[in-house]
Amino acid sequence: MSVLLHQLVFEQRIFWRSREAAVFIFIFPLLLYALLGALYSDEIEIDGTLAPSSDALLAGLFGYGAANTAFAGLAILLVVRREAGFLKRLRSTPLPAATYIGAVLVSTFVVFALQSVALLALGAFVYDASMPENVVGFAGSVVLGTACFAGLGIGAASLVRSAEGVSAVVNVIVLPMAFLSGSFGPTRDYPAFLEAVGDVLPLTYFLDIVYGVYLDGDSLFADWTALAVVAAWGLAGLAVAVRRFSWMPRER
Amino acid sequence: MSSAIAVRELRKSYDGVEALRGVSFEVRAGEVFGLLGPNGAGKTTTVEILEGYRRRDAGDVSVLGHDPARSPRALRERIGVVLQQSELNPLLTVREVHRMFAGYYERPRDVDEVVALVGLGEKGDARVKTLSGGQKRRLDLGVALVGDPDLVFLDEPTTGFDPAARRSAWELVRSLRSLGKTILLTTHYLDEAQQLADRVAVIRAGRIVSMGTPAELIGETRKAEIRFRRNGEAVVLETDEPTRLLHELTAEAVAGGVELEHLEVRRPTLEDVYLELVDGERDVGE
Repeated sequence: MSVLLHQLVFEQRIFWRSREAAVFIFIFPLLLYALLGALYSDEIEIDGTLAPSSDALLAGLFGYGAANTAFAGLAILLVVRREAGFLKRLRSTPLPAATYIGAVLVSTFVVFALQSVALLALGAFVYDASMPENVVGFAGSVVLGTACFAGLGIGAASLVRSAEGVSAVVNVIVLPMAFLSGSFGPTRDYPAFLEAVGDVLPLTYFLDIVYGVYLDGDSLFADWTALAVVAAWGLAGLAVAVRRFSWMPRER
Repeated sequence: MSSAIAVRELRKSYDGVEALRGVSFEVRAGEVFGLLGPNGAGKTTTVEILEGYRRRDAGDVSVLGHDPARSPRALRERIGVVLQQSELNPLLTVREVHRMFAGYYERPRDVDEVVALVGLGEKGDARVKTLSGGQKRRLDLGVALVGDPDLVFLDEPTTGFDPAARRSAWELVRSLRSLGKTILLTTHYLDEAQQLADRVAVIRAGRIVSMGTPAELIGETRKAEIRFRRNGEAVVLETDEPTRLLHELTAEAVAGGVELEHLEVRRPTLEDVYLELVDGERDVGE
C-alpha cells in the first residue's frame, strides 16, 4: 500500500509536469465545454426529454473527459513507456506489476476527478448549469467511467505497436466516439447508420447513466442495461490486455 | 556460495531458429564476467534469460541461487539491470528518478550517495531530458545501483560513447567491482572486455567458443606476427619462433642490401584472437 502511494505521488508529479498531458487531457474537455456552451443556447433533447444545453453539454463533456483521460491518456502513457523500455526496466525491480498498474489507475482517477470538479465549477459559474441531483451517484460515475475506459485503454495499449502512432490511433477512436455518442451536442439529425454505430459505443451508455444521476437524481445502478454494456466494454478491453499486454518494447 | 550465476546447457530458439545452442558458464561472486561476441551471437538473449525477461527452452540456470524464470521478488531485490536501450522519465529530476526506484526496494542505498557515485552529483536537480547521452547512461547505472544489488547486469554499457565517456564509464565499473559487486557485462568491444573483465566468454552463433581470462585467451594462440613490405606488398608471417625467423629475414635482407619497410613484430592482441574465434572462415595459416 505504501509503495502504491509512493508510485502515485510520482505518477501525479509526472502528469502535471507534462505540458502535453496537462493541456490535451486536462484542459481540452474544459475548453470544449467553454466553446460549445457558448455555441448552444437552447435546450437539447436527451432521450426524448429536453434539458438546458449547459447541462446536456456538461454531462456530454464529462463523458468525453472520461474517455479522453482514461482511454486515450492511459493508452498513450503505457505505449510510450513500454516502447521507451521503461516498463521492461520496471519488471527487473521488486515493484509488483499489480502495484504499478494500480498506481497508474489511481493517478488516472485523480486526474479525472479533478477534471470533473473543474467542469462542474465552469458550468456553475459561467453557464449556470445544474449541479448533480445525485452527488454520490455522480461521484460513482467518475469511478465507473475511469474503470471502463481504463480497461479499454490498457487493451488498446496492448494492440498499438508504436509510440509515434498511439496519439493518432486513440484520437481517431475517441473523437468520433464522442460525436456519435452525443458528447458534443445532439445526435438527433445524424443519419440512421451513424446512430446505429452510436448505439453500440460504450460512451453512449456511460452518458445514459450520467444523465440519470446528474439530471434526474437516479441511482448509479438504475439502468442495468447501460451498466452491463459499460462493464462489458471495460472487461473486453481488459480481456485483450490479459492476452496481449507486454512489458517489453514491440518495435526494434 | 561462490558462484553468482551458473548456466548449464542453455538453449533457446525463436521461430525454429536456434539462438542459443547449449551455453554453459559460471560467474563467481565478486568477479566481472564479460560476455563478448558480435551482434546476434546470443549475448542479449542469454542475459535476458538470466534477468528473468525470457524463458529458456532447455538447460539449468541459477542466479544468486534462484531460478530467474520464476523471477521471484527475492531475486529482483538483489539484482540491478542496465538495459541497452531504456529511457527513464524525462520530466523527473535525476534525484527524483533515483528516489522513485529506491522506493521499490526493501533496503535501498542512500539516494544522494548513489547520485554522487555515478558522477551526477552536480546534475541532481536537472530534469532527465536535459542530460547528455553519457549522463543518461550514468543515470541508468545509478538507478540499477539504488537497490544495493549484489549482481549487476550491464548490457553493452558504452555503446555509442565517445572515448572520454567510455573511460569514465570503465572507471565506474571498476569502482563497482571494488564495492564487491558481481558484474555480468556484455560487449562487442574487445578493449572493453580486456580492460574490465576478470574472465571473458566469447560467444558466437549461440555457442561459447572460448572462455578464460583475457591473458589466457591471448595465450591460446602463441604465434607472433612479423609484418613488413616487400616491393610495395604487405607480407605477414606467423611464427612460434619470432627470434629465429626475424634473424633469418634481416640477415637475408642485409646481405641483399634491401630494406624491410614497415618491419614490425607483434604479439596477438585479444582483438586478433577474438576475430579468429568469431570468424571461423579466416585462415590462421602461415
